[in-house]
Amino acid sequence: MAILTIREALNQALREELARDENVFLMGEEVAAYQGAYKVTKGLLEEFGDKRVIDTPITELGFAGLGVGAAMAGLRPIVEFMTFNFSILATDQIINSAAKMLYMSGGQFKIPIVFRGPGGSAFQVSSQHSQALESWYAYFPGIKVVMPSTPADAKGLLKSAIRDDDPVVFIEQERMYGNKGEVPEDPEFTIPLGVADVKREGKDVTIVARSLMVPVALKAAETLEKQGVSCEVIDPRTIRPLDINTIVESVKKTNRVVVAEESHPTCGVNAEICTQIMERAFDYLDAPVKRVSGADVPMPYAKNLENMAIPDVNKIVAAVREVAYLD
Amino acid sequence: MSKQTQSPSVAGAEDRASTSVIDPPDQNAHQELSRERDAAKQKQKERLSQLDHESLIDLYRQMLLIRRFEEKAAEAYVAGKIGGFCHLYIGQEAVGVGVISALRQDDYVLGSYREHGQAIAKGMSAKAIMAELFGKVTGCSKGKGGSMHMFDKDLGFLGGHAIVGGQIPLATGTAFASKYQGKDQVTVCFFGEAAVNQGAFHESLNMAQLWKIPCIYICENNQYGMGTSLARAMSLRDIAQKACAYEMASEFVDGMDVLAVREATLRAVERGRKESLPTLLEVRTYRFMGHSMSDPGNYRTRAEIEKYQERDPIKLFSASLLEEGIVDQQKLDQLDHEVRVEVEEAVKFADESPEPPAEDLYTDVYANPINFQK
Repeated sequence: MAILTIREALNQALREELARDENVFLMGEEVAAYQGAYKVTKGLLEEFGDKRVIDTPITELGFAGLGVGAAMAGLRPIVEFMTFNFSILATDQIINSAAKMLYMSGGQFKIPIVFRGPGGSAFQVSSQHSQALESWYAYFPGIKVVMPSTPADAKGLLKSAIRDDDPVVFIEQERMYGNKGEVPEDPEFTIPLGVADVKREGKDVTIVARSLMVPVALKAAETLEKQGVSCEVIDPRTIRPLDINTIVESVKKTNRVVVAEESHPTCGVNAEICTQIMERAFDYLDAPVKRVSGADVPMPYAKNLENMAIPDVNKIVAAVREVAYLD
Repeated sequence: MSKQTQSPSVAGAEDRASTSVIDPPDQNAHQELSRERDAAKQKQKERLSQLDHESLIDLYRQMLLIRRFEEKAAEAYVAGKIGGFCHLYIGQEAVGVGVISALRQDDYVLGSYREHGQAIAKGMSAKAIMAELFGKVTGCSKGKGGSMHMFDKDLGFLGGHAIVGGQIPLATGTAFASKYQGKDQVTVCFFGEAAVNQGAFHESLNMAQLWKIPCIYICENNQYGMGTSLARAMSLRDIAQKACAYEMASEFVDGMDVLAVREATLRAVERGRKESLPTLLEVRTYRFMGHSMSDPGNYRTRAEIEKYQERDPIKLFSASLLEEGIVDQQKLDQLDHEVRVEVEEAVKFADESPEPPAEDLYTDVYANPINFQK
C-alpha cells in the first residue's frame, strides 16, 4: 500500500487508464500544458502527448458535447470541468445528449464518458464557486453519479468509471484533494460502481455520509464513542445508482439514522435517502430519520458565515444524540 | 419579405397583416418569378453532366420518396397514428438528398428534429422510419425516439436531436473521433438557421477550425425559426459570412437545386477528407408546410409561399430531366408510382407492427446496468 493524496490517486487512475486503452482521452480547460488547475492531471501531457491530453478553450457546452459525440463514435472521453460549477453551462449536453442517447436510440448508442472535476464547497470563493450539484445529475436516469471520499475510493472508482459504458458524473471534493490515505498499488485495483462502503462499524446509530461529510462523520463517531454511542458510518460512494440495501441492512441493526450532506436540503440526495429508508425500513426505526444538510442559502464569502453554512462535527454529534434521545 | 424587415416593435401588426393569405402575387411578380425559375433551371441543366443518367434519376427518386413519405406522414398524423411533434421536410428535399449524395456510406450524418428526409437519404428504409413515427417496436429506434430521434448505427445516421443546435457539438465530436482514429470519414451536421443564434454553433465552429476537425456544417436556411423570420431574429443575416469569425471556409448555396447542393458538398467533403478541415454551407431553402404539424403557418404571406413553390426542388429537377431528355413523362409516372407503393407499404408495415413490449420501458437506460437484489 502506498500513502497518497486524493489528488495523486486520481492522477494514477488517469495515467493507468490512458495507458491501458488508446480510446481513452482527456480534455478540459488547463488539463495539459498548465498541468491542471488543481494539478490532478500533472505530467499526463508529457507522457501521453497532445492527441490524448487536450487543452480546450473555455467553452464548456461545446467540449462537453464534442465529448459525447466522440463517445458515439467509439472513443472513451474523460471531460474535466475545472470545477463542476462550470458544468452548469454544459448541462444540455450532459442531460439531453449523454443521459438519453442510449434510450432514445433504442439501445444503439452507448455513451462511455466521464465528466469529472472538483465540486462541493471550496474555501471562501462565495456563491458561484462553492456548491454541491450531485442532486441535479442524480435526478436523471441514464447517468451514474460517483463521489469518492478517500484516496483508495477515488482511484478505484475513477478507473471503474472510465471503463464503464455509461456516462458517469464523477465529483471530487475540492477541499479534499490533499487528504491522504492508503491506496493499493495493483494497477488492476478497481472498486465497482454502485457499492456502498461501511467506513466504520457500529451498533447504535447509522450515519450515512458522502464526500466531504465522510471524514466529518468519522470524527463525530469518535467523539460519540467517548460519550458511549456506537456509530456506523456508511458512504454510498455512488449516488446513482444508490446502494440502498447496505444502508437498509445497517438501519435494521441500529434502528436510528442520521443522513449528512454538505448540499442544500431541498430536493437533495438526503431527501431521497430518507424516503427510501422510510419505504424499506419504516418498521425498524426507533426514531425519525434526521437530516443534516448545508444551509439553504447561497454560499457566503465571510469565513464565519461559510463555516456556519457547512455541517461540522458538532452538528452531526447533536443530530446523533437527538435520534438516540440522549438530550 | 420586405415586411419582415420591420422592427420587432411592430411585429404584432405585421402578424395581423400576414394572416390574410388572400393576396396573390400580381402579374408582374408572376413574370419575375418565372424568369427566376427559368434562370435556376438553366443553371441546373448545366450541372446535369456531373452524373450519369442513372444517378440523376436516383437523386430524383429519393427526393420524390421523401416528398411522398412526408405527405403520408402528415395524413397519418391527422388520423392520429403519429403523436407528439412532427416536423416535415417538404420543400427542403434537395438539401438532404444533395448533401448526402456527396458522402460515402461510412460518413456520419446528424440532424435536428426535422430529419425524416435526411434519414431516408442516408439509406434508412421508409418502413423503419414510418414504424418509428407510429411508435412501433419495429421502428429504427424501437419506438423510443419518435419523429425527432431517428437513429441507425449501421448506416451512420447518428440521430435526430431535438434541442435547437444540440447536434452541432455532437457532430463536431464524431468528426473529432474519426480524425483521432485515423479514418478519413467526414461528418455532416444539418441544422436550421435559427440554431446559428445558439452558443453551441459558435463554440463548435471555433473548436472545429482550431483543431482541424472534418465536420461539414449544413445550415438549412428555411428563413423561419418556427414563426419568427430571420429578419426578426438575426443581426447579421448573411450566415455564410459568419464562418469568417472562425477563419472557416464557407459557401452560399441554392438549396432548391439538388445538383448545386451536391457540388458544394463535394468541395466541402474533399476539404474534409484531404485537409481535415471543416466547412460551413449556408443552403437557402424553404419549407412549404408549417414549422410542425400543429403550425398553420399564418405568419407568412401566400405570395411568399407561392414564390418558393415556383422554385419547388422536385418540379425544377423533373423539368430539367424532362427537357434534357434524360427521362420521359412515362418514366416520371413510373417513379411516382413506385415511391407511392413504397410509402404505402411502409404505412402498412407500421400499422401492422406491434407496439414495444411493456418490458422495453426499462431497457436501454444503462449499457452496464447495476441491478440490486431487493
